Amino acid sequence: MNEDKIQHYGDALYEAWRAGRTIAPLLEQEPEITLADAYRIQLRYIERRVAAGETIVGKKIGVTSKPVQDFLGVFQPDFGQLTSGMVYQEGDTIDLGSLIQPKAEAELAFVLKEDLQGPGITAMDVIRATDYVTPCFEIVDSRITDWKIKIQDTVADNASCGVYVLGKAKGDPRKLDITLAGMVLEKNGEIFSTGVGAAVQGSPANAVAWLANTLGELGIPFKAGEVILSGSQSALVPVVDGDELVCTVGGLGSCRVKFAGRSAA
Amino acid sequence: MSMNLTPSLTLSREDIVRLCERVEGAQTRAYAIPKLTDEYPGMTIADGYAVQLELRRRFLAAGHKQVGWKAGLTSRAKMKQMGVDVPSIGFLTDRMARPENSAIRTGDLVHPRVECEVAFVTKKALQGPGCTRQDVLAATDYVLPAVEIIDSRFSGFKFDLPSVVADNGSSARFVGGGRPRYVEDLDLPTLGVVMEKNGEIVAGAAAAAVLGHPAEAIAMLVNILAELGEGLPAGSFVMSGGITEAVPVKAGDSVIARFQELGSVSMRFVE
Repeated sequence: MNEDKIQHYGDALYEAWRAGRTIAPLLEQEPEITLADAYRIQLRYIERRVAAGETIVGKKIGVTSKPVQDFLGVFQPDFGQLTSGMVYQEGDTIDLGSLIQPKAEAELAFVLKEDLQGPGITAMDVIRATDYVTPCFEIVDSRITDWKIKIQDTVADNASCGVYVLGKAKGDPRKLDITLAGMVLEKNGEIFSTGVGAAVQGSPANAVAWLANTLGELGIPFKAGEVILSGSQSALVPVVDGDELVCTVGGLGSCRVKFAGRSAA
Repeated sequence: MSMNLTPSLTLSREDIVRLCERVEGAQTRAYAIPKLTDEYPGMTIADGYAVQLELRRRFLAAGHKQVGWKAGLTSRAKMKQMGVDVPSIGFLTDRMARPENSAIRTGDLVHPRVECEVAFVTKKALQGPGCTRQDVLAATDYVLPAVEIIDSRFSGFKFDLPSVVADNGSSARFVGGGRPRYVEDLDLPTLGVVMEKNGEIVAGAAAAAVLGHPAEAIAMLVNILAELGEGLPAGSFVMSGGITEAVPVKAGDSVIARFQELGSVSMRFVE
């Protein structure tokens, strides 16, 4: 795909995000988009956000569970960029007016204390380079109408990232069994879904290693201090005004988030 | 949550014995039968327990030893699917126990499935009604990881609550193992579990999937026992219900259930 088209679709996603509206699936407009094209479109979209004043603060890994991979017909995860404008603190109320068609996912986030330069990174390197892990919510959102996404659409749309919230609890992956730690997600005081770390690529550390190696091949840095959302361990939760979600990771702690307002869609 | 079992008995003693013999035949010779309500559409849950207790009476008379009980249908999703608001229970005997890491025959089972569960071993007797989660935790000696091999004797795993209760809650085999722990050293609801079959992850969840807390299922079991006129003796082995969905197994399969803080339980299946 030529650079003009990459820019065109990257700009279209940026404008849709800024205006809080959706666009038709890119694959409907352009059936020949490859996965590599989709990552170039994502890069353009994120460059626009950075040019408008945001900074890159980390990465998210998506499509990590077998059911989602089967649904999208792919056999590996995808990734997107986390920017400074996406960050909420635990206890904050998320303004649904800033989102289009949001859904929440409970995850384990990693914060790095050393650079991870792939290729050649293993899960053991990930544990070594991790400062701490923390329970978190990613609020996914799609700039594609009605979430009618194929893998190229979601990758181009920054892996459908919306905003995220890190919990205050911090865990050392040398003291916590991140693979077997359970994940309990409650919505308005009732259990919504449960999960376990191993549902993410056998272990969340495997997902982070995959990302380090993938970024290494693309020449994208993976730096100390960055946040990595390692992939959903819960069902997708629809959220509306007044909802409160709590996710709790066994042996680690909780992250709590509230929602207010009306989303654009 | 009262089931008022006694008033809703509809089967005659003769019918109960007849159905019990039908279930016993299917269990001991491993064949599928139509669900009992096909012939007795008015059959109630109380009738189901009457058949189950007759089955237990016959097994104990034949020299089997009861080791405890199991709770089934303990996830909200599964109860909703079955249109009921109570779990079911079934009795466990020494003949159903298999050692950790052993080879389990499938030839004497109809269509076995495996589930990860937290099992409780009690040190004090528990008596309903009114038994609470706190009562259960106070009466618990230790918990351990377990795999239940359920095997509905009904064709196509299709059943309703009275039929499954009569079939002893689909109880077939169980394997306890891993690492025994004190409940006060654990946060049971957030305990994660993973089921692997032939090296591949086939199910994963946290123990809160069982009524929010596995001890809640034991309390409900004790309260159902009270309606049947029984208590739960000290020293009982009680399985609290599937945390993960039931996964079909066949000869040649190898299964390992991995539990946060509790170690693992493994077994393989042979013809």
